Amino acid sequence: MAYSDKVIDHYEKPRNVGTMDKNDVSVGTGLVGAPACGDVMKLQIKVSEDGIIEDAKFKTFGCGSAIASSSLITEWVKGKTIDEAGSIKNTQIAEELALPPVKIHCSVLAEDAIKAAISDYKTKKGA
Amino acid sequence: MNKNKDERLKDLKESDTLMSAMTDQQKHDLPHTIQNRKAPIYLDYQATTPTDPRVVEKMLPFFSEQFGNPHSRSHFFGWEAEDAVEIAREQIASIIGANPKEVIFTSGATESNNLAIKGVAQFYKEKKNHIVTVVTEHKCVLDSCRHLEQDGFDVTYLPVQPNGLIDLDELRNTITDKTAIVSVMGVNNEIGVIQPLKEIGAICREKGTFFHTDCAQAVGKIPLDVEEMNIDLMSISGHKIYGPMGIGALYVRRRPRVRLVPMINGGGQERGMRSGTLPTPLCVGLGEACAIAEKEMGAENERLRRLRDRMYQSIVGRLPEVYLNGDMDQRIPGNLNISFAFVEGEGLMMGIKDLAVSSGSACTSASLEPSYVLRALGVDVEMAHTSLRIGFGRFTTEEEVDDAVETIIKEVERLREMSPLWEMHNEGIDISSIEWAEH
Repeated sequence: MAYSDKVIDHYEKPRNVGTMDKNDVSVGTGLVGAPACGDVMKLQIKVSEDGIIEDAKFKTFGCGSAIASSSLITEWVKGKTIDEAGSIKNTQIAEELALPPVKIHCSVLAEDAIKAAISDYKTKKGA
Repeated sequence: MNKNKDERLKDLKESDTLMSAMTDQQKHDLPHTIQNRKAPIYLDYQATTPTDPRVVEKMLPFFSEQFGNPHSRSHFFGWEAEDAVEIAREQIASIIGANPKEVIFTSGATESNNLAIKGVAQFYKEKKNHIVTVVTEHKCVLDSCRHLEQDGFDVTYLPVQPNGLIDLDELRNTITDKTAIVSVMGVNNEIGVIQPLKEIGAICREKGTFFHTDCAQAVGKIPLDVEEMNIDLMSISGHKIYGPMGIGALYVRRRPRVRLVPMINGGGQERGMRSGTLPTPLCVGLGEACAIAEKEMGAENERLRRLRDRMYQSIVGRLPEVYLNGDMDQRIPGNLNISFAFVEGEGLMMGIKDLAVSSGSACTSASLEPSYVLRALGVDVEMAHTSLRIGFGRFTTEEEVDDAVETIIKEVERLREMSPLWEMHNEGIDISSIEWAEH
């Protein structure tokens, strides 16, 4: 399997690996995927009072493309509003990382993860 | 052992020379995986083995010097090729305790398995229509059986116990007077476990059914004796035992006689069971590979066992949550199959790219399903995703094993730090209690 240089770069030097306090009301957590399918992504965002994503962290169980997709999306969402972050499409991730067709689901998972994190943040905020 | 190491170093030097002879552009055009390869370590001996240089040496004259057709009966060129083929047949027969007349050359174990199972089933179909095999068999055995099912045969796929071995009572109860053939592999290609061939042979003989065994991974690794084990048909592969690719053999018992319908029709070579001109150099190579294996098996197994145990002890001693798949005792010394919980296999393989191993993870297979062999042992799907198969062989050195151990441990630890499942495990969360959204 030939990985693109960008996938290898993110895999070898993943950005923003880590964990934030999921009980913090300014933190939204998305946990998507399934161990049985071979990939699980946990994506967390810390949102400021004015709706800007100040920080993002991830942890991923999966192949190199899954790790790279989640690493990339943490870079992209930082500094964006939650609406901007929620409009990132998996195709943009797939294109940036030059994912082959069998790895497109990794980019879908990253899109699902950011949407889930935003949704969790909104739920907590609303509550 | 020193000689093997020297040979290996020589090979490496030659490949370095090849790289240095390339222009920068040629190097640039190489696949990424090769460009980045520093000192690749081959640990995939169940996939294939390098042809032993001693085997290659024996084969070479038969390409352009003694090139005759071994079936040419009218001149010297044919006779000398035939003599070479017959010596090879004796060498193959010797390692399994057979008569040379009972050895049929084929293109490999896949063809041998097809011929044994389909050939016997088709020959005896008027009287018998039942076949028994095992869920962990190689795909070529399972697929041959599926084809026979489509032709109206009944096939029983025996399950295995969690250690990978079949239950002999279950086998005994499955065989009926309609059972034409029982096919059970000697050594499993993924987990290296050794089935109790002698006991299976005794049951088959008692029940009056033929016993076929796929011994592609067993020949030269464990002692085999077709008489003592009551084996009626045995498949053999060249490239799994340091012989060339593209050659294999099928042992077919003469007394009591096993009959089969040939798959390949033609000039009636190989007692009519497999037509086609024999590839003399390949036959010679398979013969020599068997002769070397027969002579060196005892000492080599001891050496491999030390290497294998050295790796296994280091890994389980330094990494928690590591699980061996398949029985440790009833196993060839050249195989480990380990699940590294909470680390996905393909991701792990990317991190240990200098090690040539294989994974039971879905992502590495064409079917996108994790290993059916591990699933048959009762290994959870998620654990099957985290498995690596590590194969040791004739040219594996202690330094390579030590390097591999360090590489694997370092990478598993790095990926676990990145794994949400490892984090949850450490927080005491039961991962199986979570409702995951399957995708």
